[in-house]
Amino acid sequence: MKPLMRPYGDTLNDGKMQLSFTLPMEVGPKGEAVAKALCETMGVADATVVHSEALSEHFSFYILYGTLTHAVDSDAVEVRDIDTESMSKDDIEAYIDAHFDHPITFIGASTGTDAHTVGIDAIMNMKGFAGHYGLERYRHVKAINLGSQVDNETLLEEAIKHHADVILISQTVTQKDVHIHNLTAFIELLEAENRRDDFLLIIGGPRITHALAKELGYDAGFGPKKYAHDVASFAAQALVNKRSQSKR
Amino acid sequence: MKLTLDTHTIDACRRDARHIADAIKTELDPYSTVSVERTVLRMLGIDGVDAFDVPYVNVLVDHVKTHGDLRFGIAHHMAWAIARTTKTPQTIAKRVAEGAMSLGDYFEPTTPDYTVLTPFINQSFARIRTQRQHRETVLENHPAPSPEKYVIVATGNIHEDIDQALSAAARGADIIAVIRTTGQSLLDYVPYGATTEGFGGTYATQENFRLMREALDGYQRHHGRYVKLVNYASGLCMPEIAALGALERLDMMLNDSLYGIIFRDINMKRTLIDQAFSRVISGYAGITINTGEDNYLTTTDAFEHAHTVIASQFINERFAEHARMPATLMGLGHAYEIDPSVDNSFLYEIAQAQLSRQLFPDAPLKYMPPTKHMTGDIFKGTVQNALFNIACVTTKQQIHLLGMPTEAIHTPFMSDRALALANADYIYKAFKAFADSVDIKPGSLIEKRAHAVLDNARTLLDDIREEGLFVTLKKGTFAGVSRGENDGKGLGGVFKKHPLYTNPIMERMLAACEEDAS
Ligand code: B12
Repeated sequence: MKPLMRPYGDTLNDGKMQLSFTLPMEVGPKGEAVAKALCETMGVADATVVHSEALSEHFSFYILYGTLTHAVDSDAVEVRDIDTESMSKDDIEAYIDAHFDHPITFIGASTGTDAHTVGIDAIMNMKGFAGHYGLERYRHVKAINLGSQVDNETLLEEAIKHHADVILISQTVTQKDVHIHNLTAFIELLEAENRRDDFLLIIGGPRITHALAKELGYDAGFGPKKYAHDVASFAAQALVNKRSQSKR
Repeated sequence: MKLTLDTHTIDACRRDARHIADAIKTELDPYSTVSVERTVLRMLGIDGVDAFDVPYVNVLVDHVKTHGDLRFGIAHHMAWAIARTTKTPQTIAKRVAEGAMSLGDYFEPTTPDYTVLTPFINQSFARIRTQRQHRETVLENHPAPSPEKYVIVATGNIHEDIDQALSAAARGADIIAVIRTTGQSLLDYVPYGATTEGFGGTYATQENFRLMREALDGYQRHHGRYVKLVNYASGLCMPEIAALGALERLDMMLNDSLYGIIFRDINMKRTLIDQAFSRVISGYAGITINTGEDNYLTTTDAFEHAHTVIASQFINERFAEHARMPATLMGLGHAYEIDPSVDNSFLYEIAQAQLSRQLFPDAPLKYMPPTKHMTGDIFKGTVQNALFNIACVTTKQQIHLLGMPTEAIHTPFMSDRALALANADYIYKAFKAFADSVDIKPGSLIEKRAHAVLDNARTLLDDIREEGLFVTLKKGTFAGVSRGENDGKGLGGVFKKHPLYTNPIMERMLAACEEDAS
């Protein structure tokens, strides 16, 4: 039997869902009808408006419950995740020792106009985050953190200057897809300078996923609850793979 | 509800803070900056941009750098040029921008007749006074409540911001802050005109200020209630934005050099000089400033570093006093940022909030909601915000920044704001007389915590007094971020004043504030 998936309220396959959204129209019966009609078009049947209120004369807010008529075959859903194994700090250090005759150089920054540093610091700085030490504390790793508001050109210059193996980019502000524009611009810059293959490119931030990273032309992406050892594990193994591929 | 606090310790903190801030003032008084000079030009009535969208005030200051001697100040050059050409500042600006005139041709290294500037200064001052008067009159009829519910709008598009602001007003917001776009702090000019493309915020421009003010005034005319408007006098154009806010009747300005130094890597000398002038302008215009101590707790642990907030509040108080600001305009900042997994976190928050309240009894304290420990769990977030709201009313904070359930996700949606306002309203009602009905037990956890934070603040202030603020900033004491005296953005815009340098705007404003005070 196929594991068809539907949301669960209190009975298997009842398909119960809650939704809430704002409409740019006056509150009232018409607004409620529109909200229900929208649910219907999404495949949420028998939607009931359990709450509605005016946000101003021209805007209204709705909470609805309904029954989802769709189901998804969970076997057919693919997850695009990092396939290398995540190792502990000690194991990573031993791995680097065994596979590299020089320390791995990571250079990182929070780029563009983004001034958030806590994310990149969590990965790179000595102290790390949530009990996971940062790259700076790793043996056989050189971690250069350029801080925030670093423009793409500067990041590339510094990466070349320090012979970096891995470039780490953090993006926190995502409004109006500013992170997508900025990350795309960096790939374009690398390609224009013919430098794309010189580095392993890793991005991270609260709204970053591995799938997004791949889509944008990066080697990997890390989001919340990922720490230095996840990044270092991936990087060390990916660098070894890259080397063996280029030898072939 | 009251804490028993040791007045000797409090006095010692104030003495230290005075020493620390006064030393900075003495060190930086001999300097001015390009942004201070541009502000003087704005106060002479210069507005507009050249063919390349460069503001005239930038054109003029850059022009004087090469064709005059900026050390004498821009007012000096303008006074000579006006005296000799009898043209208005605006005409002079246009002609210089067109390359049809050089201020170098009129410059003399002797004191000019500054009275030629008086009619233009009078115009700006009259406008600011009228704006201030208007605010005071309206607020007399409809006094601001306490606490005041403060929400942000940040769509990037001023027209969309207005829709969001009006909806928030309709749902009871007392204060609307328009957050600035990323990157604006580092622009060494103020963009011009109405703007629709910002990220994580909207450009601060004079026209955007005017449009939002007009919308909120429209709300007030219909409903009687005055809704205050906030923006950011910060970054490399700190005093210019303060001036624009004064002209367009903003009511509050985020204004804190320490924030710019720590979180935007702006050079400390540059921004402290800029801050001094911007606070004078805000004081003169009756604009409440908001300081940024709350942000320290977003990068360091709120429990361990609580005392850095108190120490910084004392220093900020003294900087505001330099500008002759009354305490009633000092919106000193702090925040509810202790990790929710800590036992008794709510009690520690009460201790901190009540401590700030009692240390600065006349200041309209700015209280920030939980941000750092907000997650994608918007339901839990609503509970976190409820606890914060309780802390706010029970310790009688004034400027109540409402927490958004979606803090960890996006800049607020219209519905997020409405939910936040409803949350606060409910708690205001439910806890109305709570603070006046309970006491903090002597020797209790809350009181002990408050004492410990105050003692640590005092020790820290002693250290800063000993080593000087610049060294403290290098050590990374605030927010765990280290900044060097000669590092950061904007140092190139700092210059040493000539003995004949005058800033007639600053002088007149300070004199007026002095008069108001006496
Ligand atoms: C702290 C904070 C600040 C501090 C930043 C201090 C500093 N030095 O970083 C201050 C107060 C300065 C600040 C300012 C602003 N902020 Co802010 N801020 C936050 C806050 C509260 C927490 C962010 C944080 O530190 N998280 C903790 C870190 C550890 O998490 P993280 O970044 O996700 O990192 C983890 C992973 O993602 C990953 N990771 C991150 N980076 C990288 C990189 C690599 C290479 C890898 C491998 C992994 C990785 O590893 C980390 C550990 O697991 C969030 C709200 C929230 N609760 O999330 C808002 C938030 C991020 N800020 C926001 C905004 C808009 C701003 C401003 C732009 C506001 C303004 N207009 O002025 C300004 C910044 C201006 C600018 N030029 O950028 C918005 C962003 C909205 C959006 N989605 O676009 C948020 C979501 C708040 C909101 N709802 O409005 N902010």
